Amino acid sequence: MKRHLISAADLTRDDAVLILDTAEEMARVADRPIKKLPTLRGRTICNLFFEDSTRTRISFEAAEKRLSADVINFAAKGSSVSKGESLKDTAQTLEAMGVDAVVIRHGASGAPYRLANSGWIDAPVINAGDGTHQHPTQALLDAFTMRRRLVGRDAGLGKDLAGRRITIVGDILHSRVARSNVDLLHTLGAEVTLVAPPTLVPVGVETWPCEVSYSLDEVLPKSDAVMMLRVQRERMNAAFFPTEREYSRRYGLDAARMARMPEHAVVMHPGPMVRGMEITAEVADSDRCTVVEQVANGVSVRMAVLYLLLGGSEPAVTAPSRTEETK
Amino acid sequence: MSKILIRGAKVLGGEAQDVLIDGETIAATGADLSADGATVIEAAGQVLLPGLVDLHTHLREPGREDSETVLTGTRAAASGGYTAVFAMANTFPVADTAGVVEQVYRLGKESGYCDVQPIGAVTIGLEGKKLSELGAMHESAARVTVFSDDGKCVDDAVIMRRALEYVKAFGGVIAQHAQEPRLTEGAQMNEGIVSAELGLGGWPAVAEESIIARDVLLAEHVGSRVHICHLSTAGSVEIVRWAKSRGIDVTAEVTPHHLLLTDELVRSYNPVYKVNPPLRTERDVMALREALADGTIDIVATDHAPHPHEDKDCEWAAAAMGMVGLETALSVVQQTMVETGLLDWAGVAERMSFAPARIGGLSHRHGRPVSAGEPANLTLVDTSYRGVVDPAGFASRSRNTPYEGRELPGRVTHTFLRGRTTVVDGKLA
Repeated sequence: MKRHLISAADLTRDDAVLILDTAEEMARVADRPIKKLPTLRGRTICNLFFEDSTRTRISFEAAEKRLSADVINFAAKGSSVSKGESLKDTAQTLEAMGVDAVVIRHGASGAPYRLANSGWIDAPVINAGDGTHQHPTQALLDAFTMRRRLVGRDAGLGKDLAGRRITIVGDILHSRVARSNVDLLHTLGAEVTLVAPPTLVPVGVETWPCEVSYSLDEVLPKSDAVMMLRVQRERMNAAFFPTEREYSRRYGLDAARMARMPEHAVVMHPGPMVRGMEITAEVADSDRCTVVEQVANGVSVRMAVLYLLLGGSEPAVTAPSRTEETK
Repeated sequence: MSKILIRGAKVLGGEAQDVLIDGETIAATGADLSADGATVIEAAGQVLLPGLVDLHTHLREPGREDSETVLTGTRAAASGGYTAVFAMANTFPVADTAGVVEQVYRLGKESGYCDVQPIGAVTIGLEGKKLSELGAMHESAARVTVFSDDGKCVDDAVIMRRALEYVKAFGGVIAQHAQEPRLTEGAQMNEGIVSAELGLGGWPAVAEESIIARDVLLAEHVGSRVHICHLSTAGSVEIVRWAKSRGIDVTAEVTPHHLLLTDELVRSYNPVYKVNPPLRTERDVMALREALADGTIDIVATDHAPHPHEDKDCEWAAAAMGMVGLETALSVVQQTMVETGLLDWAGVAERMSFAPARIGGLSHRHGRPVSAGEPANLTLVDTSYRGVVDPAGFASRSRNTPYEGRELPGRVTHTFLRGRTTVVDGKLA
């Protein structure tokens, strides 16, 4: 595996399957009375959040603590774009404090890439969501959830998602979740279809390894999993679609539409859901909806990523020299 | 003043000749001129061009002297072979009054490295609402004839129309930064395949093209003259080509970086590639080269945009837009236009000296033929040179070049401003 996890596109099929298999092992820890492994004892991980995201931050924090790492939470909301040098300064501060890995969430696309590649810092960088670019651990937890549901829990070990048909619905244009999922699902052999009004599909999408459709009803019967994306309220004032009601009618998932899906098909959502807009309460609460599982799986997948980046591929005590490059 | 004999230079890339400078003017050209009493510069194999003229430079003074000053900017210009630069109006305060343009003009005179011709703002504070005192700037000591809100688009069609009409009274020209503001809200890079992947806000080609289309039609309607700054798309080329074929009085410029670099470079998320207008695609680059070769695009202008290190050493979205360009422009043009066979050196002289001087109303002093009696504004280029760009050696106060570490051809060995050497053997005098 690479040293950093910046984009789902960085992962090979074997990397991805290894992470999913490792996550299955990690998931077993959650079933124990004491949910903790000593794997990252003595390692310090910083959750560097320039943008609010309680869910993602807590998920990473739980994963880090279950691996016995020391955790520093750094919330630097709003300071980055108004004062650009703060990312570099913050990174160097963390480096000086001997942080072993940085989990970064940032409103600007590419900020984790810059952090990992500008010589500002030597520790592994894990992207926890950057702008409208990537959110690779989200894609991994989604793939993990799909593999469990569509291939099987233990039966799925070593397997990918070859031939599974996955539909991603909603604001593709602004979605790092969609970008990460298209990359990873393609790597895992799945066939991805994006469904959205044309205003919410990026110009240039034609080079992505997926199909694009403007009609949800046409795609639903051919889907093994349907992933609904959140539509942010601010899009409604920017003429991406006429009204909330019209969006809901054409692209929302309700019980009638869910009934058009194959029986085994699941409904996914990265959360938080806007009930009534992109998804009705009835669908959200049905047992075909995996939202709660996705949250639990997020912890297992993040444990797997941290373990593999920090401990799994090399002995924990002989970490490479961290001083030469940047000092 | 002393005499200088440039011996055996290929004038405009043609036959080798001697050129004798006496004082501020060219005294004679021809074969085997007498070196009597003159300092001799052996220039065999080198190309002698008229001093380059940049219609689009940001000197940052007044207001952002940490990025560049008139002195450091004109030293950079001289290093790049320029003898005249037009200084853009987006300073602090904005060059929207006779006072500010006269200040910039005076600083240029004092620097002594390069003539500085200020550009006046079209609207007060570049806000696009009310016309600046265009006439007063024209009547000032700076004799402003080029007006631009560069950095911002004059997007209000009525203001643009009035500006085009108004400057007819004194032969002025409006230089438009074509960027439809609503279509480029949140824009970070060219909208296309790469932006879709990187999740950076897209800057559609149509945001540039729609304004150019509107402005050439306005220029036609009111019978005025419009200049399009830093054209960057294949579509813009087509519109300008159409406008010229229709007889509309439009001129256009392209920057060196748009002739060489593409948006693929943005994959590095390195803000050194962040520029306005953004780097486009390979297809656009090829169309721009063709258009510069066939004259659809009249000139090369640098859009030299210095920024201090801290404004670029950050995440992409937070970084300032712009690149320095004065010291590398000729090399990039040599690589993209001359070495590809699209343009000869006479063509380079036309697009980097004669035409920009003409468009900017400076052709009584700059962009003159290399012949006896003309002002000795000249640039001598060693075209066989190959070197790796090292920004540490730049005269510009800022180092935000996209070419660091890249090999580029050509080197300005001498620059002459009215007979005085501003660059000797590649070093500032």
